[in-house]
Amino acid sequence: MEFKDYYEIMGVARDASSDEIKRAYRRLARKFHPDVSKEKDAEARFKEVGEAYEVLRDPEKRAAYDQLGRRPAGEEFRPPPNWNFEFEGEDRPGEHSDFFDQLFGGLGGLRGGAGRAGRGGFQRRGFDTHAQVDITLEEAFHGTTRTLSLQRVERKDGKLEPRVQQLQVKIPAGVVDGQQIRVAAQGEPGAGGEAAGDLFLQLRLLPHQFFRVDGRDIWLDLPVTPWEAALGETVRVPTLAGRVDLKIPKGSQTDRQLRLKERGLPGRPPGDQFVVLKIVVPAADSEAREALYKQMAATMAMNPRAAMEGGR
Amino acid sequence: MKDPIDVHLLDETVEFSLADLCRICGVHERLVVDIVEEGVVEPRGEVGEWRFTGIAVTRVQRVLRLQDEFEVNLAGAALALELLEEIERLRRGGR
Repeated sequence: MEFKDYYEIMGVARDASSDEIKRAYRRLARKFHPDVSKEKDAEARFKEVGEAYEVLRDPEKRAAYDQLGRRPAGEEFRPPPNWNFEFEGEDRPGEHSDFFDQLFGGLGGLRGGAGRAGRGGFQRRGFDTHAQVDITLEEAFHGTTRTLSLQRVERKDGKLEPRVQQLQVKIPAGVVDGQQIRVAAQGEPGAGGEAAGDLFLQLRLLPHQFFRVDGRDIWLDLPVTPWEAALGETVRVPTLAGRVDLKIPKGSQTDRQLRLKERGLPGRPPGDQFVVLKIVVPAADSEAREALYKQMAATMAMNPRAAMEGGR
Repeated sequence: MKDPIDVHLLDETVEFSLADLCRICGVHERLVVDIVEEGVVEPRGEVGEWRFTGIAVTRVQRVLRLQDEFEVNLAGAALALELLEEIERLRRGGR
């Protein structure tokens, strides 16, 4: 078991006041809360910070922790033989590090998770559990299945025993980013004959090389040549269901939006695909090309900045 | 014997009653009424016959987590939720 330096985790001095600790927690919670954070390991960091705060905010636990003295974080650690702490609170397996569980008996309070249902008492519904499932845009379009390995903690003869459970979940076609799948009664077991909690899987759409997603609508920047835009031409455009022909209207400018009806993510109603034209200008990298541009300048003289001029 | 696994996609096509929503989110009706009054979720139907979509479940859970873990009031959590959703939308490249 590795020693955890809770002061280091919270970035506070060992003699920090409870106000300083609270402020540090607030700041870190805003940074790493899985709902608001864009950090990659936000969930793990949030749990770590929550655990550190749980110890340091509580004078009794903090004093007990301070007794251990200062050790390098990650050092192999065993609680001292005379260690005997009993803390009130609810047992929430899997919420804390081994280090915390060893020191404080796994009897932490509640941080993280969404265990609202019936706190306290011996009869209560199991806690809901939440997990994130990353899927590609193609998987969202076609539907997919995922086999999840759930870390279960089971009570056997009064002892907690870990167990891995495999669960196959079908993700239907047409899911959108942030949508949840509820797997009834696959959360943590209830106590005193009450029902198990639910498992909530939050779907997260991975970024795509070309497509952007807004709800069920798909956006695509489509590079086109000046003559395709000016003269109007039919071009091949990728969609999630494969390539389609798109007629570019004559006289199109860059940023013109064209809609491919119902070519977005499936649903009721299905999304659309929006194609945004991006005119790509060929380089004047030969004499002939340069001459052509000069001829264009002479024949098609225009001032695209006319609207900006004439004032001051 | 184990019951077959019961999987629901929480999208806008599923509908829950107020009682269902409370059971799924593990909250009291009064709290859901407050959340509705704050405009975080909009039920279909008349009062007393409210129906909520699967999206409402996610929003109720999120707004309550924000409220709990940042110790802000419901209005503050609702504002945070809306800003977060806007940021998520912008980051995905939506318009």
